[in-house]
Amino acid sequence: MRARVAHIASNTFREAVRDRVLYNLIAFALLLSGASILVGQVSIDIEKLVVINLGLTAVSLFGVVIAIFIGIGLVSKEIEKRTLYTVLSRPVRRWEFIVGKFFGLAGTLVVNTFFMAVGVFAALFYVSHKFVRADGLILIALYFIVLEFLIVCSLALLFSSFSTPLLSAVFAFSLFVVGCFAEDLRNFAGMAHGISRALATGAAYLVPNFSAFNVISSIAHEQPVAGQLVFHNTLYALFYAVMALSGAVLIFEYRDLK
Amino acid sequence: MPAIEILGLEKTYRVGFWRSRPKRALHPLHLTVEDGEIFGFLGPNGAGKTTTLKLLMGLVFPSAGSARILGREWTDPQVKAQIGFLPEQPYFYDHLTAHELLEYYGQLSGVPAKQRKRRVEEILYQVGLRDVRCVQLRKFSKGMLQRVGIGQAILHNPKLVFLDEPMSGLDPMGRREVRDLMEQLKLQGKTVFFSTHILADAEALCDRVGIIHRGELRGVGAIADLTSTVQGKVEVVWQGPQIPGSIKALGAECHVTGDTVRAVIDENQQDAAIDALRRERQRLIAITPVRTSLEAYFVEKLQHAETTAGRTL
Repeated sequence: MRARVAHIASNTFREAVRDRVLYNLIAFALLLSGASILVGQVSIDIEKLVVINLGLTAVSLFGVVIAIFIGIGLVSKEIEKRTLYTVLSRPVRRWEFIVGKFFGLAGTLVVNTFFMAVGVFAALFYVSHKFVRADGLILIALYFIVLEFLIVCSLALLFSSFSTPLLSAVFAFSLFVVGCFAEDLRNFAGMAHGISRALATGAAYLVPNFSAFNVISSIAHEQPVAGQLVFHNTLYALFYAVMALSGAVLIFEYRDLK
Repeated sequence: MPAIEILGLEKTYRVGFWRSRPKRALHPLHLTVEDGEIFGFLGPNGAGKTTTLKLLMGLVFPSAGSARILGREWTDPQVKAQIGFLPEQPYFYDHLTAHELLEYYGQLSGVPAKQRKRRVEEILYQVGLRDVRCVQLRKFSKGMLQRVGIGQAILHNPKLVFLDEPMSGLDPMGRREVRDLMEQLKLQGKTVFFSTHILADAEALCDRVGIIHRGELRGVGAIADLTSTVQGKVEVVWQGPQIPGSIKALGAECHVTGDTVRAVIDENQQDAAIDALRRERQRLIAITPVRTSLEAYFVEKLQHAETTAGRTL
């Protein structure tokens, strides 16, 4: 069972890595990191701040685009192209397929993040000519970005399990944008009354709270991140991803592959 | 023990914007395929062949009924380790090579690593893709993809192979190779269940066929039984430069090809025809009864189904 999940994951990873579109996105992210150097040069005394802000935002944004772009096609494209038929006619359970796909995509994103992070650190070294202890905090921001990707991957898979690639992309990206403003939604729920309060509270807790993962700005200002936040974010991301994946499995288990 | 027992499998889809309109894709299907036979599932496009195969593969869920494959419930995961499946017009992962794809499917089928390596090489050779084993599948032609598809279906040495339109997209040589391969599978004691709308393929290969139309099974039987209806006519073939007048007088329909003549006459005039040929010193080659072709049987079943449907409407 574990072996089959691992084989599906490694095949998903291999397919994604060989996809040229993926390379384009990475190249674009690296270009953006390069651009941050230029912007940093025209920002007197705050070059480092600009490089960290711009670089990490680029990593996060392009990672999310890659996660959605690949994630939405993972199931629907396999149905559309009928590649799934030859997989599910073997002793492979449907949930194994979904979980394997998730790990394959997550692995792809971790590797991408690694290369994009190398770009950010290179840009940082270029503007400051040395690394200081506080630069280690960037790793925490990158860790949070990876957690964010896990949630986006699971959501993309969830939508992909019942919808078309285009609609899945719209759903996943919308949820990502709303999730970035989850704190504001919670504040709004606190101020609202009656049924709108109940609806806003429900929506605030249902959408993924991506704002909790965004520590880019504070890290750029060399402010430390509380260990508790790391722990809570890890638990939250795992819980959310497992729930979304379970939803994807439940839908996919009973879906006719026409 | 039959290889496949289909016990009233049926499928109704819900269509329309609100999915409120039922559309029956397969009426309750009862069918048995014996172990070691090549069974052809015939029908025009949209008849329900692929739906049946998808139901048996667990790709779609039945509205009612069940099936047993190799003596087990068709949903049993162990069954899937013993069956191979080629979907219609297969498409595979673009960025994998033929070797990588077969390796991947071998892993999913649980073929042990050592055996897998050998088996992948054997299959690549068998389906004629050894020279392009390292080329990515996106560069393959339709026919080559079909060969990969057949390769993946038999890779794990299954006892039962389901092939959905296996000759589709193949050139005459490719079709011949697939026919040979299916015959080899039969010789190895495997059961082959294949769907097709090309009757010549079925006639050349199958022990038995089933005819499906509009989601309903219209007839099942051995090819020999289905085509055995002697229409009271015989075909006489002889070698000679001309058609004797006494044969023409029998009212024969004659066709001359080079120095060979074929004449279809009534069965009761067979002796008279032989005497006539002896008299004219023509060389008799063969006398065979005229049988109903599979095509004629197929068309008759379909026309009958259309008439019945018309009456129902």
